[in-house]
Amino acid sequence: MTVAPLTDLPLWPPINLDRDPLVPLDAAERHRFSGPVTRVRLPTDATAWLVTRHADVRRLLRHPDFSADLSRPGFPLLRQLAPGPDNRRGGFIRMDGAEHSRLRRMLTAEFMIKNVRRIEPLIRQTVDRALDELRDAGPPADLVAHFALPVPSMVICHLLGVPYADHDFFQERSRTLIDRDTPPERVQRHVRELRDYLHRLVEAKVAAGDRTDDLLSRLARDRVDTGELAVDELVGMAVLLLIAGHETTANMIGLSTLLLLRHPARYAALRDDPGHADGLVDELLRCLSIVRSGLGRLATADVEIGGQRIRAGEGVIAVISLANRDPGVFDGADEFDPYRQAQQHVAFGFGVHQCIGQPLARAELRIALVELARRFPRLRLTDEAGRLSTRDASVVYGLDALPVAW
Amino acid sequence: MRIRVDRDRCCGSGNCVVTAPEVFDQDDEDGLVLLRFAEPAPDVVDRVRRAVDLCPAGAIRLDAPPPRAG
Repeated sequence: MTVAPLTDLPLWPPINLDRDPLVPLDAAERHRFSGPVTRVRLPTDATAWLVTRHADVRRLLRHPDFSADLSRPGFPLLRQLAPGPDNRRGGFIRMDGAEHSRLRRMLTAEFMIKNVRRIEPLIRQTVDRALDELRDAGPPADLVAHFALPVPSMVICHLLGVPYADHDFFQERSRTLIDRDTPPERVQRHVRELRDYLHRLVEAKVAAGDRTDDLLSRLARDRVDTGELAVDELVGMAVLLLIAGHETTANMIGLSTLLLLRHPARYAALRDDPGHADGLVDELLRCLSIVRSGLGRLATADVEIGGQRIRAGEGVIAVISLANRDPGVFDGADEFDPYRQAQQHVAFGFGVHQCIGQPLARAELRIALVELARRFPRLRLTDEAGRLSTRDASVVYGLDALPVAW
Repeated sequence: MRIRVDRDRCCGSGNCVVTAPEVFDQDDEDGLVLLRFAEPAPDVVDRVRRAVDLCPAGAIRLDAPPPRAG
C-alpha cells in the first residue's frame, strides 16, 4: 500500500478570499471535496475523512462508534489544543454516552418548545428594542452590531441570568474561543477568564437566599444543592450555553438579512405573509449552514461510511453545508426556495448532540426577521457594502458587519 | 400502525413536536418525548413518518400493525 504524502492531500477547510458569503463552497471546492468521502489535511497537519452526503452525515453523527471528545488522541482538530490544565469540565458538547446525557438532560426541559413559546413575548420585546436602537443609529448603520448580535445576546443573558451589561467581556471571549486563528495560549486565557467570571456568578446564585428565576439559578437550586452537579460542571454548561446561545443565532441573523436583501420579493413576503416564516427559517438554516468547517468526530471502532472503511482512531468531519445541498435530498439544492420542505437539513447537527437550543434559535430568527421586514421595508445595503468582511476562521461563519440604510 | 418511543434514547431536540404536535409532546419534568397517541389517525401517519426520519437520536419507531388473528 502506498501512502500519499500529507501535502498532496487537499486542505480542509479551504481558504478562499473571493468567497461569496452566501455560497459555502464554490464549484471547484465542491468538486474537490464531494468524494463522497475524501481524505483531507487539516491546519494542524492531522488528516481526516471528509463526509459530505446527507445520508452519510446523518449516519455518522448518529453512530455510537464515533466520539465527540476532542481530548482523545487522533481527534481531527482544526487548531491545537491549548497546553495546561484541562478546563473543559461541564462542556457536554465534547462528551459521549452516559456522561453526555447526564448533563444534557438537566437542560432538555429548559429548551423544550412549550417553554420557548412562553418566552416569545420577551424575544419580541428584545427585538423591538434593538430595532429602535438600529433606527436611532442611522441610516447608515451596521446591522450586525446594532441588531444581529444584541438580540440573541440579550435573550440568552436573560434566560441564563447573566448581566447583559457585561456583554463586551463575554462577547470578545466567546469569539476567541471559536476562532481558529487565535493562538492556543490566548484561547486558554480567555476560557479561564470566562470560567472565572461565570464561576463567581454561579457561586453568587448558589449562595443567594432569594433566588431569581433564571436557568442558572434553577440548576443551582435543583442540581447543585442536591449534590447532583458540581459547581464547576455548572460553570462549564454555562460557558457552552452562553457561547452557543448568541454566536450562532447572531451570525444567522446577519447572513439571513444579506440573503433576503438579494431576494427583495421574499423580504417583502416576510412582512406581508409572516405565517410562512417558519418554513423560510428552515430554508435559511439549510442554505447558510453556518457551522461551515463541519463537525469533527473520532472513530472508536472500524466503521464503513459512504463506502469508505474508517478505522478506529481515525478522524472524520461531517460537512453540514454539503449535506444540506445534497442534490439527492434537496431538488435544486443551490436555490433558495422558502416553499420547499427543508426540515431535514442538518444545520443543527444530528445525533444526540443535535442543538438543544434549536426551538429558541428558530423563534429568535423568525421574530427578528419578520419584525425587521415589518419595520424596515426599505432596508438596503449601503454602497460601501461592496466587499463584506467575513469570519472565515471561525467555527461559526458569519459577517463581521453589514452596513445598511433604509 | 403503532408508534413506539424510546425515552432512554431521546435527546429532547423537539423535532417530533414541531412535526406532529397532535401525536408527540415533551414531558414538563424532563423535556423528553411523550406520546399522546400510540396509534395515529391515518391523516397524520405521513407526518409521523417524517418525525421518525427527523429524530436525531433514533428514538421513534413506527411498527406495522400485528397480523389479525383468524
